[in-house]
Amino acid sequence: MNELIFFFNYVVVAGSVTGSIYAIGAIGVTLIYSILRFAHFAHADMMTLGAFIALLLTMAFPHAGDVVGLPTAIVMLPLSMALTSLAAVGIDRVCYQPLRAQGVRPIVMVIASLGVALMLQGAIRLFAGTGAQSLYVEARKAIFRIELPGVARPIVVTEPQLILFVLTVVAVVGLQLFLTRTRMGKAMRAMSDNPDLARACGINTRVIITLTWLIAGSLAAMAGTLLSLDVAFKPDLSFFLLLPIFAAAIVGGVGNPWGAIAGGFLVGFAETLAVFNWAVLLRPLQAMLPAWLELPNNLALVGTEYKIVVPFFILIAVLVWRPTGLFKGKVI
Amino acid sequence: MPLLEASDVHGGYGGMNILNGVNMTIEADEIGVIVGPNGAGKSTMLKAIFGLLTVTAGEIRLRGELINNLSPHRLVEMGMGFVPQERNIFPGLTVEENLDMGAFLKPATAPRMKAQIYDIFPPLRDKRRQPAGELSGGQRQMVAMGRAMMNEPGMLLLDEPTAGLSPRYMNEIFERIRAINAAGVGILMVEQNARQALGIAHRGFVLAAGQNRFTDSGEALLNDPRVARSFLGG
Repeated sequence: MNELIFFFNYVVVAGSVTGSIYAIGAIGVTLIYSILRFAHFAHADMMTLGAFIALLLTMAFPHAGDVVGLPTAIVMLPLSMALTSLAAVGIDRVCYQPLRAQGVRPIVMVIASLGVALMLQGAIRLFAGTGAQSLYVEARKAIFRIELPGVARPIVVTEPQLILFVLTVVAVVGLQLFLTRTRMGKAMRAMSDNPDLARACGINTRVIITLTWLIAGSLAAMAGTLLSLDVAFKPDLSFFLLLPIFAAAIVGGVGNPWGAIAGGFLVGFAETLAVFNWAVLLRPLQAMLPAWLELPNNLALVGTEYKIVVPFFILIAVLVWRPTGLFKGKVI
Repeated sequence: MPLLEASDVHGGYGGMNILNGVNMTIEADEIGVIVGPNGAGKSTMLKAIFGLLTVTAGEIRLRGELINNLSPHRLVEMGMGFVPQERNIFPGLTVEENLDMGAFLKPATAPRMKAQIYDIFPPLRDKRRQPAGELSGGQRQMVAMGRAMMNEPGMLLLDEPTAGLSPRYMNEIFERIRAINAAGVGILMVEQNARQALGIAHRGFVLAAGQNRFTDSGEALLNDPRVARSFLGG
């Protein structure tokens, strides 16, 4: 039983956390792709930017959270989401819009986004330094230990993880309602489906593009902040996020937000299952195994330090065997 | 005042003229049909009217107002609707959402217009929650025409509405076009199926090499042996 709890903590909880973060990031990548038709390589840096803004706000008002009994960074999250989404719109106006006006090819936009990524990384490092910083300024992370009767090992969930689960559900349901029930949401899907016809219907491209950046930017800020709150804020956060969120978006079928969510969880769970030490689960069976077969102490598929290769393998496998993704892509 | 008046229209793609002086007049309650051989500039003329390519000379007027090179967006606001030949629906959106997009600029009228369009195209009512991409060719064409009508246009441009349809659907679409026209919408359409189209046309325009070759009532063109010989396959 202890072993199962261990599995639950290290795979179910950890996989859901990583999966949620990847899913929210991948939704942004996929939305931007379906409207603007390019792979936005600066997306992971927008996640970092959101976390950085949340850190700054938390440092400015460290006790704001005490009023409502939540971590200050969570209280500051709406503001960080708003500022990051405005920054995303600003970046679009300054960096991408002039290129679009020239009618450049998508690859030029991709390279421009790589430039934006480097610029954002540099700017964040300039102000935040290179070290890790906790988003719990003058406060401590609440950790919940749920004891089950007759089991020594408790289920461990942290406060940011619980908030992350709740907000992921809210974001996914909210996005679903927005895209299927509202006039602008439908217009966004129409624009992704058939841009020429959308224009012929009188749908304003500029408004839809702005809306896309607002949604993608605020979701990026949310994922970045919650991840940093659970672990720590690092300026190079994006380095570990970029590949998994792209893998998630591609695995799910680029342009398909539901696919991005599924892809996010698939990549997240694949990562945690790959680094999980299976010896822990097999150890109780040692008595049944022949004496010459001794279980090693560590029976993980890959070492934690090589976790980043997992999404890479999934990505290549999908590109080879199912290039359109698990769900049909290119349509919202 | 005519609904649509085009005089001596020149235009084309990237500096190359395909239209070399086309003239057309449609009154508010009329169906106009453009026929002619491939490459005559039939679809090009519709695109020129709808602002999808550059008009280099001549005048196009909608209810007397000059509309040369106005954006499609502006023309939709002025009450013009366009149904392209290809890619004329949103395949990932449901039938109902497709229609809603047609009324994007006039959301208040959407419920009333949808009811009206379901009356004109009854099969769409049953399939309104289905993605438009899953429908048959004929039904997609109904979605495309319904979508263009949602905005209550006074003038509808149709680019080969029966292309690729089975004869059964072809007749049905021609029937619907007459019904739409009877409801007070002026129609200008390009058709490969020239005989049948001229049969319902008040005015016919036979184009060749980007110019009017014959211009008359639909009936007169059908009965003109020169038109029959050269353009209707004898």
